Amino acid sequence: MNTLLATNSEWINLKSKEQNKGKKEELKMDKLNFPNNQFKKIVNIIVFNIFRSAAIINALALFIVVYFILSNGLSAITWSFLTQPPTDSMTKGGILPCIIGTLCLSLGAIAIAFPVGVASAIYLSEYAKPGKILRIIRLGINNLAGVPSVVFGLFGLAFFVVWLKLGVSILAGSLTLAAMSLPVIIGSTEEALRAVPETYREASLGLGATKWQTIYKVVLPSALPGILTGSILGISRAAGETAPIMFTAAVFYTPYLPTSPFDEIMALPYHIYVLATAGTDIEATRHLQYGTAIVLIVLVFGINLAAIIYRSKLRKKMT
Amino acid sequence: MKTRSQKKENTIRFIFFVIALTSILILLMISLFLFMEGFPILNHISIKDFLLGEYWYPTSEPPDFGIYPLIIGSITTTFVSAMISIPLGVMTAIYLAEIASARFREIVKPIVELLASLPSVVIGFFGMVILAPILQNTFDLTTGLNLFNASLMLGFMSIPTICSISEDAIYSVPANLKEASLALGATHLETIIRVILPASISGISTAVILGMSRAIGETMVVLMVAGGAAMIPESIFDPVRPLPASIAAEMAEAPFRGEHYSALFATGVVLFIFTFSFNIIADYISNKYRQVGDSTL
Repeated sequence: MNTLLATNSEWINLKSKEQNKGKKEELKMDKLNFPNNQFKKIVNIIVFNIFRSAAIINALALFIVVYFILSNGLSAITWSFLTQPPTDSMTKGGILPCIIGTLCLSLGAIAIAFPVGVASAIYLSEYAKPGKILRIIRLGINNLAGVPSVVFGLFGLAFFVVWLKLGVSILAGSLTLAAMSLPVIIGSTEEALRAVPETYREASLGLGATKWQTIYKVVLPSALPGILTGSILGISRAAGETAPIMFTAAVFYTPYLPTSPFDEIMALPYHIYVLATAGTDIEATRHLQYGTAIVLIVLVFGINLAAIIYRSKLRKKMT
Repeated sequence: MKTRSQKKENTIRFIFFVIALTSILILLMISLFLFMEGFPILNHISIKDFLLGEYWYPTSEPPDFGIYPLIIGSITTTFVSAMISIPLGVMTAIYLAEIASARFREIVKPIVELLASLPSVVIGFFGMVILAPILQNTFDLTTGLNLFNASLMLGFMSIPTICSISEDAIYSVPANLKEASLALGATHLETIIRVILPASISGISTAVILGMSRAIGETMVVLMVAGGAAMIPESIFDPVRPLPASIAAEMAEAPFRGEHYSALFATGVVLFIFTFSFNIIADYISNKYRQVGDSTL
């Protein structure tokens, strides 16, 4: 009986994992098993170690990809690489137009998707009552999140480029990317809205505020940091996408920097693809490809890390 | 009597409702435009020949538009990648949710999240310039760009999806189930296998289906790494040409509104139907078999 109780309380200790650290943890794992059952204990340890190695393999995968690209391409990163346009039919020079193009596209996408996404999330979490309509809207959002990126590209081509006659342009690309990042923004905004305590709303309504006043003055301000974090993640996703902009915004090469939303542009992910598969001299531009990949990774990870750090700070502040 | 502020409230509510419909509207427009641009191909070829034709030579004279090898290419890469991503993803999820120390969890979880945000073109580039030569030399192949390479890369792309959704499912298993199992004398491992996994199986299946849906729709990786040969693979080291790769590679050179153009849109329709049904199944499972309390276990 004593052992049983001990097991249970050990397990409860495990639940509050925050208090446990490193070695202590493993000691407790041993105690979890009954001392007289050597076999079970060994199986336990073996299986847990297999699970652990699965987790480590995943983490390693990221490091291997990033390591190889960094070690091969770091020498390509120079000041002129970042500030010059490509020269000699893209075999020399820098990637400035691509950096600017990617920034334009992702900022454009977020400018369009942010208001729509946040408003959708407000309806879903503040106004909608459970029922058929809500269920259909949710199904629509889930399915939109699952549409393949190349299908978004086809849609962008058929609708924005051809039907709306926007041509291959920043605007068409941003609209396509916006449609794609909409589910991400809705999802994270909803999460942020749910995290606002119900008492805030009750207090505001109790003071005589209307529903809209409550949302606008009470709920949104306290959910804003969470909403922003989610949208930042949305930007990073848009920045790394290639297939949706292949037919809608990006071109192999343009000597000009964009001056209006109707210009076609170069973009980092598409530039990597083009140089790696269809450039004039694939082997000779290898270092440019690595260099462009590094810039893209740094851009995307930088945005992500900022969002993750910001979020964990927020969580600590809240609890 | 309705006051002015009530009317205003109702208008605001209505505006938000309309905006919330945007997602559905986009989804409908995607299907509308895909069908509209893809439908004309049926004037040239029957549905059966399009789906089951074994030859894809869109630029030869007369052209052949059989996407059967492309469908097989997509299905095989997705299947092989699932062999990699399901065990790794689910085991990682179990480890992170049940076994890992707080410190380990705090380090590995953000890394898995970052893995998800690695742009697909970078993963494709890695597979092309680093993994392909290694594969080619190790297994003495004619090309390192093949089904196996693509599956490996796709596997690692879908792991974050599988891992994070499974982890949520495992994490939300009611604590009293675990406590009861442990109190009966089961070891931690027995509890995980006999109690926690059955209780979270609907969430894990949803995760697996969504992960496969991501793998089948992923474009850049298969475009750069799968090898691009539109034929039915005989071994795991044969090059293939999955559906998205074909669309992305050929769209630029297909004459506007020509046969090839609508054949590619029709290919998009097939791909869309694949991922759409995956998503509907995932949604059905997660709603139907949701664990409510412990009564249904």
